[in-house]
Amino acid sequence: MRTLAMIRRVFREMLRDKRTLALMFIAPLFILSLVYFLFQGNTTTTASLATRNVDSSMVTAIKNKHITIHDVSSDKSANTIIREHDYAGMLSQDGDKLTLTLANTDQSKSAVIKQSLQAAQAKLKGQAAATTIKTQAQALQKMQAALGAATHTPVNATANAGNLKAKLGSTSYTTKTHYLYGSKDSTFFNTLLPIMMGFVVFFFVFLISGIALLRERTTGTLYRLLATPVKRGEIISGYLCGYGAFAFIQTLLIVLFTMYVFKIQILGSIWLVLLINVLLAMVALTLGLLISTFASSEFQMIQFIPIVAIPQIFFAGIIPISSLPGWLQPVSYIMPLYYGASSMSAVVQKGVGFMDVLPNLSILLLFAAVFLVLNLLTMRKYRQV
Amino acid sequence: MTEVIKVANLQQGYGKRIILNDINLDINTGDILGLIGPSGAGKTTLVSTIMGMLKPKQGTVTVLGTPMPNRKLLGRIGYMAQTDALYSVLTARENLKFFGEMQGMSKAELQKQIPYATGIVNLNDDLDQYVKDYSGGMKRRLSLAIALLADPELLILDEPTVGIDPELRQQIWKELHRLADEGKTILLTTHVMEDAEQSSYLMMIRGGRAIAQGTPDDLISQYHVNSVEEVFLQAGRDQDAHTSND
Repeated sequence: MRTLAMIRRVFREMLRDKRTLALMFIAPLFILSLVYFLFQGNTTTTASLATRNVDSSMVTAIKNKHITIHDVSSDKSANTIIREHDYAGMLSQDGDKLTLTLANTDQSKSAVIKQSLQAAQAKLKGQAAATTIKTQAQALQKMQAALGAATHTPVNATANAGNLKAKLGSTSYTTKTHYLYGSKDSTFFNTLLPIMMGFVVFFFVFLISGIALLRERTTGTLYRLLATPVKRGEIISGYLCGYGAFAFIQTLLIVLFTMYVFKIQILGSIWLVLLINVLLAMVALTLGLLISTFASSEFQMIQFIPIVAIPQIFFAGIIPISSLPGWLQPVSYIMPLYYGASSMSAVVQKGVGFMDVLPNLSILLLFAAVFLVLNLLTMRKYRQV
Repeated sequence: MTEVIKVANLQQGYGKRIILNDINLDINTGDILGLIGPSGAGKTTLVSTIMGMLKPKQGTVTVLGTPMPNRKLLGRIGYMAQTDALYSVLTARENLKFFGEMQGMSKAELQKQIPYATGIVNLNDDLDQYVKDYSGGMKRRLSLAIALLADPELLILDEPTVGIDPELRQQIWKELHRLADEGKTILLTTHVMEDAEQSSYLMMIRGGRAIAQGTPDDLISQYHVNSVEEVFLQAGRDQDAHTSND
């Protein structure tokens, strides 16, 4: 009964606060769209590379669609040339020695150039080796012919020569790539989306619920509320259900938006995606309510964002956890978003089922439960029964 | 006459800080207790303790025969806070309904009580306005209406007359006296002497101690002065003289 009255009040307040509504429903879509366009590019990085006195065979070997070659003849220093023309790098040859100077303002371009150079070197070596093998094979055959005439045992030797020929043929392999998840059109956005989905739900629910309870504290309505026979649990559950409903609508909106506007295929069950998001929202909600205890104004609540909300995203899988420094990896285990986002990724990209994400979901539930109990305890500050 | 509030040897404070010391109080049905004292004297702390928001550090508080703190008993107390604790995006009616429901009132009771409570504070015509459009005085009146709403046996009003014009103040006092005659008990804090003179029993708090208590007439004759205000000033001087002797 009282919980219902609480929920009704939360609904009324939310529906009358158009800006907060917009923040909750439109801002996440805006952010996701932005991320969508930012990470749309399917490795379209092209690096410009200046070359000076480089062997033409080398230059041809380097050439690929990610590199534009500019042949320069000026004898200015590499640094000057790069600066003047805003090249990503410069390769110059002096006898057998190749010198590569990289601008390195964009590490992805540097990486492209280094990779292309390595590939080119490997290719040239391969060609050289092939030529050597060919001449050797011819020599071998001649020798075998001569030997065969002398010893009458030519069989093995010809077989060997055949093997060598087969090896020569191996230089023209063709590759066909199969994708276990996604397709060749998959961009970084596909990886980012489930994580971002989890994050925006977490962030906005955290912020809005936290500030809502904070407002109750600062205007004194929380104290006034506790001067009635209401149970502390009834207040918290009113908040949980009231804001939880908005979080659910928000999640639904985000999921539908990604499916129909971005045309992202969700391999797993949509219900599971919703369930994960709702659990994540519950954690955000209870955490927001709890954190608001430690803030005495809206401004202070905002100050908790860089401490509580932002670090979550670093440990949510945008940077693979396994690539983090060893001592930092365990930190991800205390980040609720890590569990939410990794389950989301698994469901959206790999289509795993309920049982596979159950451990993560239980941990999220545990987080929410712990925050809930802490909320009930901190509310004792206002009324000791 | 039954005892409604009994405070015995109360010591109260936050952490190591002691706010109230050695408070004793007996209030019966039909009494209007005026709690007067300068700001920071501990009035609100005493009110919070009587309501059971704070556990007594030492001593006991009994309200309506129940040792405090007790959550359920809050349903029998009408409370008006010092600051207007209202939801500004809701209308006055929605505020009344919400707090009524929290108090445990049924729909039918609310239907009946809302016109009554708002009638006392002259807010009937502005019930469907948003509270954010209310003036300070209107908010104060709405807070009082919320306290009166459930027709509680005990009313606890923290500075109820701040920001209320003299005419309405008189009307409110008339209503408070009527309620007291009906057998309701009222506790109010104030630093306005006119309010103090209207009370049937006074307790003066200064520096966390009760420096004088009794009916206004008793106090005036006890201190050989002409008004409640002079009682308060004299009692304060006595307290200062006493502490400087220590």
